[in-house]
Formats: sequence, C-alpha cells, structure tokens
Amino acid sequence: MRLLVLFFTFLLASVAHADRIFVSNERSNTVTVIDGSTWEVLTEFPAGLRPRGITVSPDGSKLYVCASDDNLVRVFDTSSYEELFTLPSGPDPELFVLEPNGRRLYIANEDDNLVTVVDTQTKEVLAEVPVGVEPEGMAISPNARIVVNTSETTNMAHFIDTETNTIKYNMLVDQRPRYAEYTSDGTRLFVTAEIGGTVSVFDVDGDGAPTEVGKISFQVAGVQPEWLQPVGAKVTSDGQWLFVALGPSNRVAVVDAKTLEVEKYILVGERVWQLAFTPGEEYLLTTNGNTNDITVIDVASQEAVRSIPVGQQPWGVIVAPGIN
Amino acid sequence: MMRSVLSVILACVASIAGAADVNTAIIRVEYPQLAPISRFEEKTADLAFAGADLATQDNQTTGQFLGHDFKTIHVAAEPADVVSAAAELRAQGIEIIVASARADELLAIADAAQDALILNAGATDTALRGAECRANVLHLTPSDAMRADAIAQFSVWKKWTRWFLVRGSNPADIQLAEEYKRAAKKFGVNVVEEREILDTGGSRRADTGHVLVQKQIPVLVQNPKRHDVVIAADASDVFAPYLPFHLWEPRPVLGSAGLRPVSFNPATESWGGTQFQTRFEKLSGRYVTEADYDAWLALRAVGEAVVRTGSADPSDLRTFMLSDDFELAAFKGQPVTFRKWNGQMRQPILLYDGRINASVSPQEGFLHPVSPLDTLGADEPETDCKVFGE
Repeated sequence: MRLLVLFFTFLLASVAHADRIFVSNERSNTVTVIDGSTWEVLTEFPAGLRPRGITVSPDGSKLYVCASDDNLVRVFDTSSYEELFTLPSGPDPELFVLEPNGRRLYIANEDDNLVTVVDTQTKEVLAEVPVGVEPEGMAISPNARIVVNTSETTNMAHFIDTETNTIKYNMLVDQRPRYAEYTSDGTRLFVTAEIGGTVSVFDVDGDGAPTEVGKISFQVAGVQPEWLQPVGAKVTSDGQWLFVALGPSNRVAVVDAKTLEVEKYILVGERVWQLAFTPGEEYLLTTNGNTNDITVIDVASQEAVRSIPVGQQPWGVIVAPGIN
Repeated sequence: MMRSVLSVILACVASIAGAADVNTAIIRVEYPQLAPISRFEEKTADLAFAGADLATQDNQTTGQFLGHDFKTIHVAAEPADVVSAAAELRAQGIEIIVASARADELLAIADAAQDALILNAGATDTALRGAECRANVLHLTPSDAMRADAIAQFSVWKKWTRWFLVRGSNPADIQLAEEYKRAAKKFGVNVVEEREILDTGGSRRADTGHVLVQKQIPVLVQNPKRHDVVIAADASDVFAPYLPFHLWEPRPVLGSAGLRPVSFNPATESWGGTQFQTRFEKLSGRYVTEADYDAWLALRAVGEAVVRTGSADPSDLRTFMLSDDFELAAFKGQPVTFRKWNGQMRQPILLYDGRINASVSPQEGFLHPVSPLDTLGADEPETDCKVFGE
C-alpha cells in the first residue's frame, strides 16, 4: 500500500511540475534551474549580460530577469526556458518588483537615478520616476498602492504613489540601503542598510505613510562588525520571522519581526546576497556570491540543510510554484 | 541608548529643518611641475574639479527631496595667490572650501579662512594631522603614515619582513622614507639597507632615456644586503616606476612603484564601486584619479552632514562630522568616519598595482580596540595634534 502511494506520488510529480528554483548568475550570464523537490540542478541557460534581479509572474509561467548590461529585462518561459520577449527597462536595471496582479513592473535603474514603470503586456514604458542616487531595493505594498525604492548613495527609502507615479514620502535610513520588504499585511516595512549595518523598521498606516519604529543591528562574536552587512531580506507571511542576509559575514540573521530581537545567526555560503522562500515557506534559499552556490535553510528548525552548486556569482533567486 | 536618542533628535531636526543653501568651493593649486614620468598621468583640465562636481551632483539629487540646494565653485590658483583666493571666497559668503593643494598652501588657506571649514583633498603630509594640525581642517586624503602602515601590514602578512629602502634625494622623498622607517618599526619589519638615488634633474623620458635608465639604475642598487622586497620612497616621481625591472636582484617593489597605497583608482569595482566609476566616467569622459575621489569624498561628507543635520553652518557640520553619528558609504566596503583627535578620515587603503587591487589594508589579524582602521596612521595616544579637544 505504502509502495503504491509512493508510486502514485512519483507519477504525479513527473506528470506535474515540482517547484522550480531559478538562480541568476551575475558573472556567468546564466540562470540555473533547480528541481524544488529533488534539489537537482536541471539546467543552466543563457540569460543575457549580468543577470541580477529575478522574479516570476503570479501564474508561475514567466520568468523576468534584469539583464543589467543589456539594459533590458528578458522574459523566459518557466517550462521551456525559451526567451519569450524583452521589456524596455531603462539603463542598468538591477532590481525590480512586479505588481501582485502581474501587470506593471517597477525597475530600479542604478545608473540613472530613476525607477522605470513598464507595462508587461503592452511592453511600454509607462513612467520614469526620478529618485535618489543609485536606486536599488524595490518593494510593493500588498494593496499595490505604494512602491518603495531605496537609493544607495542618497540613503533614503522613497515611497512612490503608484497612481500618480510620484514620490509621496521620503525616509532617511542608514548608509547604502539595499533592499525593502513589506510584511504580507502591508503594515510593516523593513529596509536593510548594507554599510550602515542596520535594518530600519517602519510601521505603515492605511495611506501608506511610514513611521520609523525601530532599527535592528547585528552582532556576532568573533566577526568584525563591518562584515555584518545586511542585504537581502524576507519575512514569513505570518509576519513572525524576518530573515536577513548579512553579505560577507556569511550568515543569515533570524529576527523576531515583532519584537525586533535577533534570535539566531545561520552560517551559509560566502557573501550571501538575496533570499527567497519556497511556496509553502518550508525552505528559505540564499544566493552565495563567492562560493557559487545556494544554501537551503529549513524555516521551521532555522537550520541550513544543504547547499547546491550553481553558476558564477549567484545574485538573485526565485521559485516558480509547481503544478499539482 | 544615548546614541539612539540623539539619532531620533537629529532625525526630527532633519525633518523639521528648513531648506539649506550649501555653497561650497574647491581651490585647486596649480604648481609648476615637470611632465609626469608616464603620459598616462598627464594632468587633465578638470582634475579634482570633476570629482567635486560629481559629489555636488550626488548631493543635489539627494538634497532635492529635502529642499537643500548644493553649489560648488571651481577656483584654480597659483601657489602665491591662495590667500587672496580664499579671502575672495569668504567675501562671497562661502564657508566650506575643499583644498586640492600641497601642505604649505593648505595651511595658508586654512589660516586665511579660520572661520571656514577646510577639507584637505590632496596633502598627504602626516604633520598636517599632527603638530601642524588646524582645528578648521578635516583631512579626506589618507596621510603618508596611513599609506606606509598599509604597505607595512601587507608586507608583514606576506612575511616579507626584510626591506631594502630606496629613496630619492629631495626633502619630500626623505620625509616619505622616514614614514616607511617608522612603519617598519611599528610592525616589526627590518630595514636592512637604505640607499639614495640622487635627483640630478636629468631627463626622465627623453627619446633615449630608457637606455641610460637601464644602465644606471641597476648599478645604483647593486649588491644590497639580503632582503625580501624593495620599498620605493620617491615622492618626487623621479625614478620609482623604473625600479621593478631594473633592480640588481629581482624582488617585488612596493611604495612609490609596484604595489602602491592609494585612496581610490579606476579599477575598483567592489562594494558598489562600478556605479561610482560609471557615474564619474559619464560626467567627465575619463577615468577617476585620487584627486577626484578625495574631492568627491570631501563634498559627499559635507552633503551627508547637511542631510542629517539640516544645517549648512560649517561649525554645526564639523561637530556632526566628528561625532559618533556620522558615517558615510564611500565604495570601500565599510563606513568611513572621522578621527576625533585630528580630523583625519578613517578608511581602508587600496594596494594597487596599476591594473587591479592586489589587496586592501588593514590586513586581517591587525587588531585594535576601537576599529581595525585605526591600525593605519597615528592613533589617538600617539597624536601630536592638540587642537581637537572633545
């Protein structure tokens, strides 16, 4: 009986798709594809010059990649890995965020102090929003009314009204803000500052107006404080746990997202950069730029459970949910 | 706790303070000098000015969100005219001046404009941070002491602890050689021999210059005591670049040639450096120099202080820049800050071979109770600077 169940599970898995993990490899100009159930590397395909930001459409069918040195966004089929089309992005796209309904893509143009808004269906640029110097981190509120951009040299989080495509609020944060992450209910926002070594925490009201409520800092015995550089961040959908990638300290911090206390540091690969959850939030994946691998963290036990070799200098990671 | 309270207060100040008009200037002193030893190092017309312009552009992009307005005037002055140039800027109401100058002219500007904030973006003399320090001067460019310590740490990390010191004959060369001898003592390196190469004023790059160089330099450095590396102290830029391939005994060269300690270079792409290089090259149409980076750093430090305090008053800015709340991202992988005891910016030193950063000091294992960056240059207990009381 048990064997039979196993057999059917296998059959289902092979007919349907398992979750697929996509990793952008900045230096090898490729995307690595990993099977989310067997952790096997399925393939590695060319993805344009200097692929960094990476995301999938809400239905899981399209993969969007910022090809930074091609100055455009490349769109791939998540099953065939064929390139479907490209989107204009403005110069040097680094990170982007897709509207929850999949329609508009908001792209940070690092060299031009702009956020470019692109319609993914008409493939047209809808707006260019001037922001601070070296825009990078991008987040969108769950109700899609506010897009947050962080500018690395200006040291601000800019809150962009998505109806008018103008900046509504600016908040100063610490040096070199890299990444912004909303809780799934949209009431709290985290902004990481790589060189400042902190995460600024904002409460967000119904109009999207931010109030700074705290700042998280990090400390690891035996590690020089200047190596604790917060970069990517992800918060669980219940708003309980915030995971923060700490760059060259090779650690991911586990923070209680409510009390803002750091509970644990998980050792991962070298120069840990961006993070992504698997669809059920069972696992957290980290890109490790200097060891050319990703680490799989078990979210419940908060332990690193395996590492998987990918291409050169992995930068971003995203998971396309499987079809069951 | 105190610090976070202060941060909150400052954040409030920043949000309630009105728009600041920040008028700054950069004085670049035009020295009569020989052509550089390599034509790759010909001075461009916008040297240092382009770095200042990029900082002002960066500050302005940030300032627009807070209502601040940043402007920078360029002044190119002969050495004899720096005092009148400074006076003229003061008469125009400019109270923040970047000096891309050598020690004598920097001090002349600082003493002529004592109520202004002067930012040293060129003079590396260690004495300017010690006995000759001025309360109104902050130093962006790393001192010779920091640079020599950066080389010494790398050398010790490599276990290259026997130095053959080859120096020029001009006062600046002798002073630089002293820095290396001091650094050697600090880090337990043995200077096994010191030799002088006399600056005879000969042609460095005439049509047949290399023929003479190839014959003369090996003779000048022949039969040295047993050593691991050659340290070149050639502040005058007369002979050092020829050393690596004209030594009597083949050894790595560090210092004024070979592996050089620099504040920045066009090859640096780590820590977001690529974005800085791209912005600078787009603005100026050329590669960045140390003079540009130092000027950029000076005005970015001012811009950051203005944004955090909401003030353009030089005294408020100086106080904030010397406080624990000031820090700046400078494309060097960690925040840069100012030393409270002499106004020198703490920063990593890049060890550059002309194409790549072979290393960055401070080196691993050189520990310090406050910051590993304070293992480079004169530390608080050693300082001769008396005018920076807390």
